[in-house]
Amino acid sequence: MTTPILQLDGVSTDIAQYHILHEVSLDVPEGGVHVLLGRNGAGKTTTLRTVMGLWKARQGAIRFRGDDIAKLHTSEIARKGIAFVPENMGVFGGLTVEENMRLATHDGSFDRERLDRVYALFPALEKFWTKSSWSLSGGQKQMLAIARAIIERRDLILIDEPTKGLAPAIILNMVDAFREIARETTILLVEQNFLFAKSLGQTVAVIDDGHIAHTGNMADLVDDTALQTKLLSLSLDAHQ
Amino acid sequence: MGSASSLFERLGGINLLPVLLAIIAFVLIGSPSTWVTLTVAGLAMGMMIFLMASGLSLVFGLMDVLNFGHSAFVSFGAFIAASVLAALAAWVGADNIALNLLAMFLAIAAAALFGLLAGWVFERVIIKPVYRDHLRQILITMGALIVAEQLILAIWGGSPISVPRPHFLTGSLIIGDISIELYRLFAFALGLIAYIALFTVLNRTRVGLLVRAGVENREMVEALGYRIDRLFIGVFVLGSALAAIGGAMWAGYETLITAAIGSEMMIIVFIVIIIGGLGSIEGSLLGALMVGLMGNYVAFLAPKMALASNMILMMAILLWRLYGLRPAVK
Ligand SMILES: Nc1ncnc2c1ncn2[C@@H]1O[C@H](COP(=O)(O)OP(=O)(O)O)[C@@H](O)[C@H]1O
Ligand SMILES: [Mg+2]
Repeated sequence: MTTPILQLDGVSTDIAQYHILHEVSLDVPEGGVHVLLGRNGAGKTTTLRTVMGLWKARQGAIRFRGDDIAKLHTSEIARKGIAFVPENMGVFGGLTVEENMRLATHDGSFDRERLDRVYALFPALEKFWTKSSWSLSGGQKQMLAIARAIIERRDLILIDEPTKGLAPAIILNMVDAFREIARETTILLVEQNFLFAKSLGQTVAVIDDGHIAHTGNMADLVDDTALQTKLLSLSLDAHQ
Repeated sequence: MGSASSLFERLGGINLLPVLLAIIAFVLIGSPSTWVTLTVAGLAMGMMIFLMASGLSLVFGLMDVLNFGHSAFVSFGAFIAASVLAALAAWVGADNIALNLLAMFLAIAAAALFGLLAGWVFERVIIKPVYRDHLRQILITMGALIVAEQLILAIWGGSPISVPRPHFLTGSLIIGDISIELYRLFAFALGLIAYIALFTVLNRTRVGLLVRAGVENREMVEALGYRIDRLFIGVFVLGSALAAIGGAMWAGYETLITAAIGSEMMIIVFIVIIIGGLGSIEGSLLGALMVGLMGNYVAFLAPKMALASNMILMMAILLWRLYGLRPAVK
């Protein structure tokens, strides 16, 4: 067993005076898609934001390739090779698609070959390349947010509920894109949509009320309907 | 109605508002030559106010920092320029454009240099400890403005200071029965150059791209690997220098300045950035031109209404567009 690319070890996070995460421990193996499931308000977004340094962990260690990054500035965490696709996508509406993408490169220039791969995954981005991104549809904004995360090779991509509010056809498209992306990098995917998550995930962790309630292989959870019902009744109700 | 508004949009939309204001004023004023004089004065004033307002707007957009002390840079810029011009009285009064220009340049450069240095100290000492805390920002920066005014009183004394105008800018340009003060043309040109330079940096450079992105979503810029706080110091310092330059130009425009200039301009600058929308220099320019024109037209048509008219303009625009004319996209 190789060391995980990302390890949360007893991480607790407060937002203002509220204790939101309670000693969350989580291993993300290198390569493939790994899913963090949980119902609304369980602490999924807070977990990703804590890894990214956007909330500071009150205690515990966050190790990326073995180094503790819990105290680093968000920009330093990003430069270690971690990309973040937030729940609201974080697209800069006043900037064009091209400018959004350019900001995601380290020196403002594109590697032609990678750009072509991005275009192949998300043709809409090529079509609207010079358009202001506020004019994109929700699905296109999501594609742009993901494209920013892969325009240069990152070691780990944190993605927060990419399927939220998207039409089923676009979600299917997203599955293919994620499979393609996961061939070169590791994805930590936050989801409430179990159907989407189970088609992609290799491992799964379930968070509830700021506590990790379950960790294991996705295949095992898919086979164990009783466990599913126990862990995910709320999210399954919402999405099936 | 629908076709009228689409025609309005095609012709430039809200960018036309200053033009609309000028047309209404033309009808009300009646005398074309008076109208031209007032319009040029309004545009010149607008450009100087733009210099004072643009930095504040970006500073707010980028870090949500409310700096009520911003206009201290305006007053110091004005007084420093006045002192430099007084010290160079021989050059200022000489019938020699090169010497006049040199004196003017040195006065503006001294103000700008002060803005850069004092802006840096101000940011590190006063603003940095209160990032993300609006109430403290308001209290401490208002306090700083009061301290700055006291400092000016201590250094330059309580009586109004008269500011000499360079010889080549003292006259007026006469076309028929229209007379345009040269200083106003100069102020307008300088402001326009500053706007074009700012616009180019914001829209054509990587740093400018980062500023525009940061104004929209600071966290995301950081999550892409950039330090917004370092960018912010740069913007703050530049904005302070622009405010000081605006103050220097304003001193020559008013020719008589007092320590109260800071608080007087603060009100106008806040009206401008609220009208224009926070975080965008296009908005600041639009707001500044409207306030400048409005101020001059109303001072002529109904002198007692001068400040009230800008307040009314602000309220009318906020009722129409809550976030101002051209806010940065949030
Ligand atoms: N900015 C905030 N201020 C206060 N409480 C917050 C804030 N953000 C999230 N929370 C609380 O933290 C808990 C976890 O939220 P979040 O991580 O966003 O959940 P999830 O992403 O799983 O839906 C929720 O109870 C939520 O109300
Ligand atoms: Mg969430």
